[in-house]
Amino acid sequence: MIAKAYALFKKDFSSELRTRYAINSLAMFIIVAISVILFSIGNETINESLTGGLFWVVIFFTAMSGLARAFVSEEERGTTLTLQLIASPSTVFSGKLIFNLILVFCMNLVISLLYSALFENFIVQNFSLFLVTFILGNIGLAVASTIIAAIIAKAGAKGTLYPVLSFPILLPLILTCVQLTLFSFDGTSFEEAQFELAIVVGYDVIMFTASYMLFDFIWKD
Amino acid sequence: MIWKIFLFILLVFVSIAGIAFPIVENPNAWYQFPFIPGLEENAKIIFFHVPTAWLTVIAFLMSTIFSFRYLRTKNLDEDAKAYASAQLGMIFCILATVTGAVWAKFAWGSFWSWDPRQTSIFAILLIYGALFALRSSIESEDKRATLSAVYSLIAFVTVPFFIFVMPRIMKGLHPGSADDTNAGPIVDFKMNSSMQLIFFLSLIGFTILYFWMWRVGYRSIIIKDKLDKQQIISDKSVLGG
Repeated sequence: MIAKAYALFKKDFSSELRTRYAINSLAMFIIVAISVILFSIGNETINESLTGGLFWVVIFFTAMSGLARAFVSEEERGTTLTLQLIASPSTVFSGKLIFNLILVFCMNLVISLLYSALFENFIVQNFSLFLVTFILGNIGLAVASTIIAAIIAKAGAKGTLYPVLSFPILLPLILTCVQLTLFSFDGTSFEEAQFELAIVVGYDVIMFTASYMLFDFIWKD
Repeated sequence: MIWKIFLFILLVFVSIAGIAFPIVENPNAWYQFPFIPGLEENAKIIFFHVPTAWLTVIAFLMSTIFSFRYLRTKNLDEDAKAYASAQLGMIFCILATVTGAVWAKFAWGSFWSWDPRQTSIFAILLIYGALFALRSSIESEDKRATLSAVYSLIAFVTVPFFIFVMPRIMKGLHPGSADDTNAGPIVDFKMNSSMQLIFFLSLIGFTILYFWMWRVGYRSIIIKDKLDKQQIISDKSVLGG
């Protein structure tokens, strides 16, 4: 099954390399969003908590603009029926999830690098805590946005509906990740942050299990 | 019929008792409420605000249960039940948010201060809003029922984070929060027996009200669907189709 999921991922990856639609739009969106923030700040220096909050604002909206494509592209090209014939729902979900995970990781890596270069107060004291938050937050973001993308694709690719449906689902993850990012700025140790880390791990596990089980119902109709 | 009369009497009693019974320093008579420091006269909102918040969660739970049953049986009646429950949940959620905000203006000084409970009820309001937005965007009945059922199940797994986790990571002002020092968990020991009696009567009354409204709601949805289908069939036969 893993080999099949990997084959599906490779298909998405090569078709992405051919059109470069998601990569281009994500890169442009990141640049636009960060420059809007920089223009609105002007010459002022914003404090740490605002920097941490704005970091996750940019991540959320970039994810909302780029990750909806996963299943919408299949519906647009009319390849959904073929996929339903040749692959089981769990394979399709895993393949799309791998693709979205890699997209989210690349996107957030670029956002983090740009933030550390452009914002004065983006100084991470506890780097390993930031890294763990980054990885766990990205996994949660990718899982939740993949299952919502599947719902959106079946609902007829309503672009405006995607952030509306995703926001309440992602809210616990984003609030906790903002908190953990601020902890990593302050240099808080792992012991003090373990409750927040447990929330994020729990969110990832619960969301992955629920999505994996419910995807069958979305995919077969 | 007897149930409706009973419900009417219960809710009238709860409304009158909740508003009119006096709050005194040392309650002696059965109709006197105790004085809770930090809440004072504002404490009376518990008889109306807490039941609406309780029903918001109950309606969400019922909606999720019937969504789950729809996914197992693919019977559209189950979807009608889930939908009717979500509609009621939305109404009670708005009521809980508004009464809570008005109370907060007098107890905390501002309508909205992103207390964990306020954040949670806001998130549940957003979930309900998203559910209705999703439903209104899909034409096909089966697809609408399936997708909204899946969405409400996914949304339901995030609810524990709002109820149990949010109050731990954010500072709370709400009575009953983890770090609430002046008012404490009032449901447990700050209320006297008369206050508890009115509170639980109010909870029971509102819960019966919910089940009655829900039954009317889902029956009307099912009948409306049936009538729509008959309409389509008779239109077809008139057109000779």
